[in-house]
Amino acid sequence: MTTGTELPPPGQLPEVHVDPSMLRQLAESQVNVELDTGDMILNLGPQHPATHGTLRLVVRLDGERVIAADPVIGYMHRGYEKLTEFRTYPQITTLINRIDWLSSFANEVPFISGAEMLMGIEAPPRAQYIRTALTELSRIATFLLFLGEMGLQVGAITPAFYGFRDREYVLNLIEGVTGGRFHPNFNRIGGLKDDLPWGWYSECRSTMAKVLASCDEFENLVVGNPIFEQRTRSIGIIPAELGAAYGVSGSNIRASGVDWDLRRDGKPYLPYNELDWKVWTHPDGDSFARYWVRLQETRESARMVLQLLQQMPAGPVMAKVPRIIKVPEGEVWVNTENPLGEMGYYIVSKGATGPFRVKIRSASFSNVSILPWMLRGVYVPDIITILASLYFILGDIDR
Amino acid sequence: MPDDDATPEAEPEAASADGDAEATVASAATTLDPEATELLARLEAQLGDAVIEHGAAYGDVVVRVRPDAWLRTARVCRDDLGCDYLSFVSAIDWMPAPLLVDEGSGDTSTPAQPRETTYGTAGSDGRYQVFAIVESTQGARRRMVLKTDVDEQDLRAESWVSVYPGADWHERETWEMFGIEFDGHPALRHLYLPFEFEGHPLRKDYPLLAREVKPWPGLVDVEPMPGEDAGEEATPAVEAP
Repeated sequence: MTTGTELPPPGQLPEVHVDPSMLRQLAESQVNVELDTGDMILNLGPQHPATHGTLRLVVRLDGERVIAADPVIGYMHRGYEKLTEFRTYPQITTLINRIDWLSSFANEVPFISGAEMLMGIEAPPRAQYIRTALTELSRIATFLLFLGEMGLQVGAITPAFYGFRDREYVLNLIEGVTGGRFHPNFNRIGGLKDDLPWGWYSECRSTMAKVLASCDEFENLVVGNPIFEQRTRSIGIIPAELGAAYGVSGSNIRASGVDWDLRRDGKPYLPYNELDWKVWTHPDGDSFARYWVRLQETRESARMVLQLLQQMPAGPVMAKVPRIIKVPEGEVWVNTENPLGEMGYYIVSKGATGPFRVKIRSASFSNVSILPWMLRGVYVPDIITILASLYFILGDIDR
Repeated sequence: MPDDDATPEAEPEAASADGDAEATVASAATTLDPEATELLARLEAQLGDAVIEHGAAYGDVVVRVRPDAWLRTARVCRDDLGCDYLSFVSAIDWMPAPLLVDEGSGDTSTPAQPRETTYGTAGSDGRYQVFAIVESTQGARRRMVLKTDVDEQDLRAESWVSVYPGADWHERETWEMFGIEFDGHPALRHLYLPFEFEGHPLRKDYPLLAREVKPWPGLVDVEPMPGEDAGEEATPAVEAP
């Protein structure tokens, strides 16, 4: 060796005192290993890719089995309920765009309809139809991401590419109308900011054909895959009554066999009753059922968009609205079927230009609150598939 | 300058539109759906005089019950009325919002709320109120808004966790945001806020700190338009230091 410091000559080596008992312990621990059977606490997140943001799960494990799980949320709490008290009604749509950022357009609709109800304004039919079409498009975009992502979580990477690719087509459609891919901010009290652009119908028709084709592809590639079935069948079962008592909504509860969809059963908010569509349910309630229901709902939404294009009425997209938006005194509760579940706003107005109190009921918050119950007794790899199949957005949990 | 808010000619137009709208709003606000009327009758039959007041909010029934019957209400809703789905539990602070900007100052960044205390649909006994919404997944449009008063000196309400397990997180949120204790809740700990957090942010007297330390931009940073005279009354804050 030519580099480094030279060793001191023999006899001048520095003495190192080593405790002989420590050496013995070290040796014994290598040979005479006794298995530690105590519980282990594992921190999952807050930066795990399966959590779509910053959800942290503290899980207590016995070997590979979960004994208890405690979700820790609030890393992204932005205090929107407080902020709404300091904003005027038109300003608030900017905030609520960012609650569930995958389907921002669908977030705006219940708040705007609530304000319209209080003011006694009704959006013109064309605006209602465009709203319905864009809501369904954001549902398709949200679910396409899920259909790909869920494959990724069980170890299949191809569906993720398909999901992202097809979602891009749909986002282009939304961008064509609203100018924003993620945060359209397109709803106004009394209607919409703009009409549809030229050439949008044909673009939309061809994209819906692509979506329907890719749904078939997902059905062949993922649903029929034996590995996927083994990873998801009978895993993460939500019993219907318990799910309802926890407030689990949307596709998650329909996958448990509950035939309940606010588009059909709720207070009418958009012209869904003028369309020909059906509510999909699955009796099993496991992760597989949740995937299957969302797959069918993506198809159903694409068919709904095609019908909406055919029946689209002509006319203005904006009703006559006073320039200063003052909302009369009153209370209203509007809840809608968002892609992730029931999204609602309880608006209390005292006759000012801004609301007195807005309670934001977001879907993912209640969907995730069942996790401590669901995760008890499952294996560690199944945590990931359960999280992916519940499909939540952190902005929708933390608000 | 696109100043939409205080244009004088907008006023008469707004007033005439309001006149038409108010009549329709009033009728829509006070009528109950047939389903809601039936629910209300069944709830009153079960609870008796525990129902203090009821009102209507655009088709939905709003029922205010006595605080000591809050848990019993949940049980009746789930077992007898078939409302098996809990939408949320939350609270409301009826104190008038503190005035952030002086009236007539031209600052429209924060909506000025009325100064007198009013208690909304179905009324209230004091400043704080806990409210919840239950729905049914079985029948169409079967849902209720339930409210109960909270004693201002002793902020507590009965917990719903034993009836609707989903109330757990909602009550934890209400506890940290309003400081209302829930009797019978297994573990009231912080949900959103860090555990050492002090104060209850959704109370009306809790300031929005971001707005306190820096005024809303738009009034302070206004620069005169070309050709406009930069008078003192137009841009007072620019010349301050």
